[in-house]
Amino acid sequence: MMKYYFSTEKMSVGYHGQPLIENIEIALDKGEILTLVGPNGAGKSTVLKSIARQLSLIGGTVCLDGKDVEKMSGTQLSQNMAVVLTEKLRTELMTCEDVAASGRYPYTGRFGILSDADRLAVREVMELVRVTDLKDQDFTRISDGQRQRVMLARALCQAPQILILDEPTSYLDVRYKLEFLSLLQELCRKKGLTVIMSLHELEFAARISDKILCLNGKYMERFGSPEEIFTPGYLSHLFSIETGSYDEENGTMELEPAGGEPKVFVIAGGGTGRNVYRRLQRQGIPFVTGILFSNDLDYPVARALAAEVIEAEAFEPITQTCLERAKKRLVECERVICCKDSFGTFDRANEELLAYAKHIKPQLIVQTNFEVIELDQKEQNKSQEQKDHDKFNSVTQKSKVENQNQTHNVRKEGIAPINQKR
Amino acid sequence: MQHRRKMRYTAAFLLLGIGVLAAVALNVCIGTVEIPLADILSSLRGQTIQNERILWDIRLPRTLAALILGGALALAGYLLQTFFHNPIAGPFVLGISSGAKMAVALVMVFLMGRAVRVSSTAMIAAAFLGAMLSMGFVLVMSRKVEQMSMLIVSGVMIGYICSAITELVVTFASDAQIVNLHNWSRGSFSGMTWEQVQVMAGVVAVTSAVVFLLSKPLGAYQLGEAYARNMGVNIRLLRALLVVLSSFLSACIVAFAGPVSFVGIAVPHLVKSLLGTAKPILMIPACFLGGSVFCLFCDLLSRILFAPTELSISTVTAIFGAPVVLWVMIRRRQERTA
Repeated sequence: MMKYYFSTEKMSVGYHGQPLIENIEIALDKGEILTLVGPNGAGKSTVLKSIARQLSLIGGTVCLDGKDVEKMSGTQLSQNMAVVLTEKLRTELMTCEDVAASGRYPYTGRFGILSDADRLAVREVMELVRVTDLKDQDFTRISDGQRQRVMLARALCQAPQILILDEPTSYLDVRYKLEFLSLLQELCRKKGLTVIMSLHELEFAARISDKILCLNGKYMERFGSPEEIFTPGYLSHLFSIETGSYDEENGTMELEPAGGEPKVFVIAGGGTGRNVYRRLQRQGIPFVTGILFSNDLDYPVARALAAEVIEAEAFEPITQTCLERAKKRLVECERVICCKDSFGTFDRANEELLAYAKHIKPQLIVQTNFEVIELDQKEQNKSQEQKDHDKFNSVTQKSKVENQNQTHNVRKEGIAPINQKR
Repeated sequence: MQHRRKMRYTAAFLLLGIGVLAAVALNVCIGTVEIPLADILSSLRGQTIQNERILWDIRLPRTLAALILGGALALAGYLLQTFFHNPIAGPFVLGISSGAKMAVALVMVFLMGRAVRVSSTAMIAAAFLGAMLSMGFVLVMSRKVEQMSMLIVSGVMIGYICSAITELVVTFASDAQIVNLHNWSRGSFSGMTWEQVQVMAGVVAVTSAVVFLLSKPLGAYQLGEAYARNMGVNIRLLRALLVVLSSFLSACIVAFAGPVSFVGIAVPHLVKSLLGTAKPILMIPACFLGGSVFCLFCDLLSRILFAPTELSISTVTAIFGAPVVLWVMIRRRQERTA
């Protein structure tokens, strides 16, 4: 059996002797990054605290480099394992250098006086984490991003083998998030540091982690590489996503699609449709879109937001049945929005679809290349009928009217700027 | 930076050292009977001087008591502030002094009623028990209430309850005892004997030395418990030690001088501003010296302001200490909004 650098065996964690999560099995090699993901309250912090001996284990063992963590002395532990927690560090009249230097604690003598070697180590770490400029600043007066870096410096001053971080990027803006995680990656590569952390940003978790541990508050659901974890639909299940959707493969999320009968047909492809879909979603207009190849840039967003996606197999010509189906759905819609201004060889079907739309319902609103074709009288009647149908329900009626106004906006302001931009 | 800091620390300690010496000299010299400094020096060399009895039997023990107890009081305040992570904690506001006072009053009335002489050790023991009782109550409260201000409020309430019980005991005690109790319960350094000074010096010296040895884990504890634990500090043991040591120091003061307000809160903050750091290894000795200067100064004022009438020591310490507390609270608010 292969020996892992860090491992837990049948670890049970919880509070006051009550197990929250049982039988956690983690196995990591030196220099790997493990990320804990899971919904709020899933026990990520509890697991991290238990590994870091902030909480006593309810059962099982935690092993670091062949040694039982629970049996280490306080000093031994602090020389091997450092933490960056969500708890704020309380400081009073302390400069950032003082804070970083407090990490030398396990290496100083009876009275905690820093030696020259300690000072040198602190300076090196501060240089590495790029906080040297802050060294004389008061710790309470720097930004969150800087503070997190100083906290990392403090942890690294302990010269640990393993670093435990609880949501280290939560309060950082996107630039600091990228910087902070890049720094962690660099440390793992250069110094062979092993990292265990929790992240709320799944897109980062998927990118930085060597291993991912999924927790759901009751048990450990999955443990493995990001490819094994981020399978389609899994995260929606883990986080019980009911409104909106999360795309595991691209790390993007979309809001809840508009419900009801589709009113608009969107001809799109090659990334031209995404923003139109989102705009329609914002205005609460359900739509059908097509014809999209299943590897199209627009495809993931279309799947998340459209009432129906007319899709074609990638790298194959669009079939006649597919085109027919698209035509059928197009006729049923009140309007058509065309996002494309040119069609490629394999995209002839979409060109035909647009021609068909212009032919069959020339008055249908078709917006392509700044062209606006007025609404068909019959279509207006149709929506009038619909309104009459809903007459007994004044609330619904009102919302219909609003919908009409909104769709008007699509034409006037909504779509035009997009095309202009292009 | 490193150099500038060292300069500042040295300057601060020099200032405190000179302050202590000057305050001792003034306390010994000034009074209803003036004793010139030259006389004191010659008396120390063994020569006979005028007012020798006043110097040796009254002034010197009193001065030394103020020095020792003042330091102990400031140190107790510093420990409690560190323990509760609360800048306005102190033995007086948390009701620990009042608890000790109540226990001592009960013992005094009970034993004096049986014509038993109360020894210093017994007094300290009683005070310690009372202090631990109050401290236990505050600890229970601190688990229940998260807010800093609520902790202080509960401490003040305990203080009131204990004071009420003390008053009750005093009311039903006989006349001679009341006079004795009354002076003491208001807080005063007067009437110290050499025997008492010896006991308090021993107790305070040992306790302070232990506190000083704890300065490294205390520094880690200041950063927050989670981080201290990660650095290998035995939090449980440290917390227990802090409770016992601060109660012991508070008890010692109450047993000899009665409750003295505000020194425990004000002095650590003044000293912190003077040093420009909160590092325990510097704060612990500096607090002790600062507390000594503060108490010597206040005791001097209490004696000479309305001589021959003597003010209670708390009257004077409150006048100087309370504004410091207000200043601390205002400054913290500003820091939070900044």
